Amino acid sequence: MTFEIAGYQLLPVLPELLLLTGGMVLLMIGAYGGQRTTGLVTVLAVLLLGATGAAVLMLPAGRLETFGGSFVLDDFARFMKVLALGGSAITLILSREFLSEPSRRIFEFAVLVVLSSAGMMVLISAGDLIMVYLGLELMSLALYVVAASNREDPKSNEAGMKYFVLGALSSGMLLYGASLVYGFTGTVSFTGIAAAAKDGSVGLVFGLVFLLAGLCFKVSAVPFHMWTPDVYEGAPTPVTAFFASAPKVAGVAVFVRVVLTAFPDVLQQWQQIVVFVAIASMALGSFAAIGQKNIKRLMAYSAIAHIGFALVGLSAGTAEGAQGVLVYIAIYVVMTLGAFSVILAMRRNGQAIEQISDFAGLSRTNPQLAFFFGMLMFSLAGIPPLAGFFAKFYVFVAAVKAGLIALAVIGVITSVVGAYYYLAIVKVMYFDPPKTAVDPVRFEVGGVVAAAGLLNLLFFVYPAPLISAAGVAAKSLF
Amino acid sequence: MTASIMTWPILSVVTFLPVVGALAIYVIRGSEESGARNARWIALWTTVITFAVSLILVQRFDPSSPEFQFVEKAPWLAAGIGYHMGVDGISLPLVILTTALMPFCIIASWKSVTLRVREYMMAFLILETLMVGTFSALDLVLFYLFFEGSLIPMFLIIGVWGGPRRVYATFKFFLYTLLGSVLMLLAIIALYLQVGTTDIPTLLHSNLPRNLQTWAWLAFFASFAVKMPMWPVHTWLPDAHVEAPTAGSVVLAAILLKMGGYGFLRFSLPMFPLASADFAPLIFTLSVIAIVYTSLVALMQEDIKKLIAYSSVAHMGFVTMGIFAGTTQGIAGGVFQMVSHGIVSGALFLCVGVVYDRMHTREIAAYGGLVNRMPLYAMVFMVFTMANVGLPGTSGFIGEFLTLLGTFRVNIPTATVATLGIILSACYALWLYRKVVFGAMVKPSLASIKDLTWREGVTLAPLVVLTILFGVYPKPVLDMSAASVNLLVQNYASALTAVKAAALLP
Repeated sequence: MTFEIAGYQLLPVLPELLLLTGGMVLLMIGAYGGQRTTGLVTVLAVLLLGATGAAVLMLPAGRLETFGGSFVLDDFARFMKVLALGGSAITLILSREFLSEPSRRIFEFAVLVVLSSAGMMVLISAGDLIMVYLGLELMSLALYVVAASNREDPKSNEAGMKYFVLGALSSGMLLYGASLVYGFTGTVSFTGIAAAAKDGSVGLVFGLVFLLAGLCFKVSAVPFHMWTPDVYEGAPTPVTAFFASAPKVAGVAVFVRVVLTAFPDVLQQWQQIVVFVAIASMALGSFAAIGQKNIKRLMAYSAIAHIGFALVGLSAGTAEGAQGVLVYIAIYVVMTLGAFSVILAMRRNGQAIEQISDFAGLSRTNPQLAFFFGMLMFSLAGIPPLAGFFAKFYVFVAAVKAGLIALAVIGVITSVVGAYYYLAIVKVMYFDPPKTAVDPVRFEVGGVVAAAGLLNLLFFVYPAPLISAAGVAAKSLF
Repeated sequence: MTASIMTWPILSVVTFLPVVGALAIYVIRGSEESGARNARWIALWTTVITFAVSLILVQRFDPSSPEFQFVEKAPWLAAGIGYHMGVDGISLPLVILTTALMPFCIIASWKSVTLRVREYMMAFLILETLMVGTFSALDLVLFYLFFEGSLIPMFLIIGVWGGPRRVYATFKFFLYTLLGSVLMLLAIIALYLQVGTTDIPTLLHSNLPRNLQTWAWLAFFASFAVKMPMWPVHTWLPDAHVEAPTAGSVVLAAILLKMGGYGFLRFSLPMFPLASADFAPLIFTLSVIAIVYTSLVALMQEDIKKLIAYSSVAHMGFVTMGIFAGTTQGIAGGVFQMVSHGIVSGALFLCVGVVYDRMHTREIAAYGGLVNRMPLYAMVFMVFTMANVGLPGTSGFIGEFLTLLGTFRVNIPTATVATLGIILSACYALWLYRKVVFGAMVKPSLASIKDLTWREGVTLAPLVVLTILFGVYPKPVLDMSAASVNLLVQNYASALTAVKAAALLP
């Protein structure tokens, strides 16, 4: 194909080009049309994300590279990109209501989500450290603004500010780590680093630690999780749903790709770090969530714990481990989007309600919503036959196979601790006396709740497609 | 071979029919009143039809073969983890016990449950699917799915329709069982990685290394000991029993506890024979403590349900003791005791439900002299009390006698101390009976209490018949399980002798 620029193939980046061009067009529509085009821009953005996802899947199969190996499109990237784009699209669907209020008719919201998604796609396909940083910044800058998109709410502004300051710090650490790695290996490309880093010299490990610190921040793993509860609580709920889904996918993707393709021979060194981070995240997420009263804060701690479980798979450092992570993150995105769409649906007299106690007796006032949310909670706790069980099953298979028995035992025990607070939510909905009725659920939110709820409930009937797709994607890294 | 004779997947039908009923209840709506009525009838018909279909299993079952029958296989999760169902002589009695008791549970809840009837019936039907699935799954992951999944409906049943301390009880039930089970999950994963499959028949024939056997045995033990429950991890049971609604207690005592015993029989003993032999003294010790200690604890109870709950722990002690004796009598007795206890304890909780529905208290002190106004009830309750004691002529005797006999051949001190349990069970059961049924009727609140209604009579009569029938003629159950039990004992013995022979070689 002659589709190239300055000697570089453009075919592998076609979906990104499509998304960015589309984003610019949407920005123009918004800029010239003004606030009344908000709804139109949002709908177009959803379609654009869908078209980009289709484009990713329609590119020729196999491993495609461009820009001298800086940009890699393999099965792993395809899997993660489709997941991230799906998460972004669902978020935009969920944010329709948020954007419909007169004071919040901001068309930029959809444009920012599109730009952020483009960053995620670059991040997922990154083949060297420069591309990682580019993707990360493109994604994050849009996220900082989106977090503060509820301009009149001081909490939202605070969330955006906090996220920005801490995010900048973590980007700095990542950059510092990248420069150290470059200094000790003489290259920024992952394959080059892998070839140069046969032995874990102290300098290289130093760089690796800083690199991982920056990545841990993006996926909100302990000890770089502090921003998560505040940002989750402060940001508007659709934005929180966004933070919990698509950027997490991209973050996990780059985490997996960096450690598995750039540092395969220094497994010993990074395995200790990932194991520690996994244990700390699972434990802190599970214990700290118990005392929470705000459902969004609780979901933040739950997200921290779940990242810990996903990292259990990564710490194995094998193809099975990567498959486990992919299955985990795919199922987690479905569960978390389902949970946040329920939280979005919870309104009383037009006011959003976020306290866990507000869910009291939901099983009487809105049985369907309570049922789906209850099942999502059981699923997040990892109880079979719900989808969350299969997610945990695969990461633990990988961990046991790699001989990380102690990690697996700690993991399952923290999952029991975590089960306590998920059960507490079910208890509030099912055992406590009802409060006044909640408002009827909007069509699109109800649709997302039902879709996520049914996927979660019926995953066990036909789990093979996701499992095998994740297996194929994981193999492309080795 | 059996599969070719069958034209339809009968075991899957038995397993998933209740879910179809639950869906029907969900689909058919109506006003509060008519919705509840429809839900009750659909639930009753579903459980009755499920029971009827499960009787076809009995009729077509070949008791002379120790192999798994009615086998169904389909690819499912991944290579080595498939949808594999089947029953043998050990699991079939428990499947039938489950399907047979469910209609009684539905009838017992007919009048006593008035709140959120549709959800209640749906929870019970889904629970039935999960219980039948647990007993008929022939793949470890599938088994785990059913085994663990049963926590969800039970959590809701206790939590929504339970007594005043229901939240505490149901959390304790859920988290205790979950903690035990997650360790088993890791052992399942370890077995999967060792053998490359979680197919149970394959695992039964693979000699696992001793080290793995030990750890896997302990992990499985953690799960089944909690489920069973064995002393000292039994403390969730009295709480759960006391707070659960009547039908919930029945299911808990009659079926859910049997999952633990079934697990020991299906996995621990045949898959990890060396570890089982190593740990048998531990099991004997815990069983004997359970039998004596919880019987003594039962003597001190003021709550009827709590007393029966503690007596359940003691009776399950006989089961674990018999299973790990590893003799034909012990294991056959264990299977029989599970079936018998399923009937008797279920019936006892139904009896408690009868007076609870009238008086809304389970305090032993609140009753007395019921025989004066409830002669029929007094008679029925007496039959089950005697069965609980293990009186010859009731099914309770056969199970306890066989397990004691089987243990006596292996470990005389254990059997001797365990025999004390029979005396102690007579103490608490007769004491309960005297306090509740005999004596003068002095309490004014009891003055107008009515005898069994026809609905309660219909529920309890078949159970009385079965208790006495199996007491004098236990052959149907023993025959059904004989071939499978013999094979199990043979394999267990040969695995042990193989190791001994290897150890004797220079």
